[in-house]
Amino acid sequence: MSAVADEFSPSGGLSRRQFLRQLQAMGGLLLVADGLHIAKAADAARKYGAEGMEHGTVDNPLVFLTIADDGWVTIVVHRSEMGQGVRTGMPLIVADELEADWSRVRVQQAPADEEKYGNQDTDGSRSTRHFLDPMRRCGAAARMMLEGAAALSWNVPVSEVRAANHEVLHQKTGRKLSYATLAKRAAKLPVPAATALRLKTAEEFRYVGKGGVPLVDGHDIVTGRAQYGIDPWFKDMSFAVIARSPVLGGTVKQFDATAASAAPGVQKVLQMPAPVAKATFHPLAGVAVIANSTGAAIAARKLLTIEWDDGANGSYDSDAYRTSLQESARKPGKVVRESGNVDSVLQSAAKSIEAEYYIPHIAHATMEPPCGVARIIAGKCEVWAPTQAPQVTREDVAKHLGIPAENVTVHVTLLGGGFGRKSKPDFAIEAALLSQAMDGRPVKVTWTREDDLHHDFLHTVSVEYLKAGLGADGKVSAWLHRSVAPSLATIFAPNTDHEVGAELGMGFINMPYDIPNLRQENPAAAAHCRIGWFRSVSNIPHAFAVQSFVSELAASAGKDHRDYLLELIGAARKIDPDTMQDHWNHGESPQRYPVDTGRLRHVVETVTQEAGWGKKFAPGHGQGLAAHYSFLSYAAAVVEVDIDEQGRIVVPRVDVAFDCGPQVNPERIRSQLEGAVIMGLSLAMFGEITFKRGRSQQDNFHQYRVTRMNEAPADIRVHLVPAQDWNVPLGGVGEPGVPPIAPALCNAVFAATGKRIRRLPIKDQAKRAT
Amino acid sequence: MELQINDQTITVAAEPELPLLWVLRDLLGMTGTKFGCGMALCGACTVLVDGQALRSCVLPVAQAAGKKITTIEGVGATPLGAALQGAWQQINVPQCGYCQAGQIMSAAALLQAKPNPSDADIDTAMSGNICRCGTYPRIRTAIKQAANHGGQTK
Repeated sequence: MSAVADEFSPSGGLSRRQFLRQLQAMGGLLLVADGLHIAKAADAARKYGAEGMEHGTVDNPLVFLTIADDGWVTIVVHRSEMGQGVRTGMPLIVADELEADWSRVRVQQAPADEEKYGNQDTDGSRSTRHFLDPMRRCGAAARMMLEGAAALSWNVPVSEVRAANHEVLHQKTGRKLSYATLAKRAAKLPVPAATALRLKTAEEFRYVGKGGVPLVDGHDIVTGRAQYGIDPWFKDMSFAVIARSPVLGGTVKQFDATAASAAPGVQKVLQMPAPVAKATFHPLAGVAVIANSTGAAIAARKLLTIEWDDGANGSYDSDAYRTSLQESARKPGKVVRESGNVDSVLQSAAKSIEAEYYIPHIAHATMEPPCGVARIIAGKCEVWAPTQAPQVTREDVAKHLGIPAENVTVHVTLLGGGFGRKSKPDFAIEAALLSQAMDGRPVKVTWTREDDLHHDFLHTVSVEYLKAGLGADGKVSAWLHRSVAPSLATIFAPNTDHEVGAELGMGFINMPYDIPNLRQENPAAAAHCRIGWFRSVSNIPHAFAVQSFVSELAASAGKDHRDYLLELIGAARKIDPDTMQDHWNHGESPQRYPVDTGRLRHVVETVTQEAGWGKKFAPGHGQGLAAHYSFLSYAAAVVEVDIDEQGRIVVPRVDVAFDCGPQVNPERIRSQLEGAVIMGLSLAMFGEITFKRGRSQQDNFHQYRVTRMNEAPADIRVHLVPAQDWNVPLGGVGEPGVPPIAPALCNAVFAATGKRIRRLPIKDQAKRAT
Repeated sequence: MELQINDQTITVAAEPELPLLWVLRDLLGMTGTKFGCGMALCGACTVLVDGQALRSCVLPVAQAAGKKITTIEGVGATPLGAALQGAWQQINVPQCGYCQAGQIMSAAALLQAKPNPSDADIDTAMSGNICRCGTYPRIRTAIKQAANHGGQTK
């Protein structure tokens, strides 16, 4: 363990490389964190998109695909499947350019190896965005190599042959050779240079942008054969659960394992390594129970007596913390974007409106809790893990075991939900440490639901204060917004006390509205639990506040919400994010990815038209609107509610309009947006983790509620905006559907009842006043 | 202890109070049945015991002995189970897929009892099964499709 102590010690800290890597993993460059300055736009070497990610991209067909003697094409997927459809979508791109017959394509999951495959971090809604072009090049290069092999076989110019549907045709003579026949010869030919590739035109696509492709894992999932991280099984396997420090930074003072050790099936009880000053992805301090079944380990764990030293966070109380955030939000804070003169215009405005919004901590609650399997044979460790960050998992397991990374193999399983939680591989490290303690025997560690809700890397908690001045015409003349929330950078740099670039750039400073006088401030906040990234991250509080406030302003001005929002967005124009002080821009080039208000307007117009905006409803019934730009995509939602006399909210229908540029697999884009609606409703209605004495107060799904079948909208209508052409760069898909849902729901509650919801979750706030 | 699982008799040495879930997953290596909450709150571990959908995470294995246990690995052997699995694939119901074994087992019990369920029947039968990815609308559609299909093939 000495290697770990060195690497993670408070004095030594993370290496700069590792720090940068972690920041990359969480979705962007920070401008300043923990005294570490990272150059931004001024840096001539600033890289964008996939090239800005560690290990960039690889487009070598010999890495990503093989063709067997029987003609089966195997395509390697190097990103993690967590429901977003990457194991279907990515191979689809390769197969299309390859002119492969999809019914003869197999998919193989890559282990962690970024030098071979390119960056594998599956987060930030960027797998398809970053790998569309490399995967196209892969398929096209292989197709041209097959054509070359056929031309050689027939001794004809390559210009006379054409690959189509798993074979190559000599057009003049009608001769054909199958891919199976050509594969060996083709593999020996040089891989064509990227500049020499003949890529398909969009009209030539057979699978990309089309529907009707079943899920690669569909059959395995419905028959119980699919392998998640919780599923690897060996005859001599041991099963572990861990009692972890209930408080972040806490340690085990002493423990008594007498009763637990004597419980049926128990093989070993041991203390986990002490925690470190930086949370990073380090396992928490605790006591592990290893047994012959998970059930036996869970039962024995209840018999442990542990005395904890809670450490510095033992007094964390989420109610008191909310009050402190509110106090901060009412005072001036660090200015992060400013234009015009907000103060004087606010003073002279015909009318001014202010409001304060609160969103608590939210837990990911993936249906498959964190878990992992490891075994060690002759100094080499194999890990099976549902990880969104395969390479980070590999490197961190190696460090904790004190062995070189090349001696660690990470098998990436299916993920039973990810949502950002499984980017942090503490669970895989635990499995490896426990296998080491069991002399290399295979060990599966499973987090119970209680463990998951007590020790998550939680979504931040935030207070958003807004004040606007309206002119006599009802238009916004000045806008002040303070966002105060502990940063997710605190797990890497505990002293971070402001939102970092990636958080500010999530719907806060990059708000593309046409407002002459604007100031955005970010007062300081400290973290007292592990903060992580939760699907769509800081867009959730920022969108909730801004989109709720716009509705409030429209109501105050006596105008229609849609018309008011469109007026606020202003004319169709392309805004350079740098001019909004957003130097992050999701890691993408500001020239390639400006914020396009025309596209934002268009999703608002589309969704309101499709949803029948402006219909008259009976009392207790209404529609709410919200729109939000995130992950380079444009989303707008109209939520319809029906609220009964008891204040019970039913959501009969949700419409979503979405523009992510070109669509690789529209069917999975629809499913992601359907899911985003449900997840957005969950967090708006019920999502809250609270703390007392440093301890999470929610144990299981009875206390941490999520939307169920009877509460889900029966009718979710997704309206995808077609891209003008394939030159439009791709936006993200997995996350941007979430942010507009909570504000659209709350705006609908207002339309139906006149009640404003400024604090999430809604719970019973919609109850009518009696 | 002898268990009747998917029409096979299986002998297993287990503590009588160990939940059936862990007997299936950890002692027998039948990992299609999933762990989600351990308190019968999420339905991921749903199996059929004598045709009834039960949460195996809270069912002591001794109580399942001598009864007919059906898991996701075996439900496809019945026309109803096969119809559900087919509908699930046709509609591309799953996202991450983790909860879907439990969803299908609950749906199988529902259709066994009510071959043509109403929306309210579906709500009642399926609200114990959480899907965090949010596939509920597609699950509803798939159940209705399987119900229709089952009706046609009878």
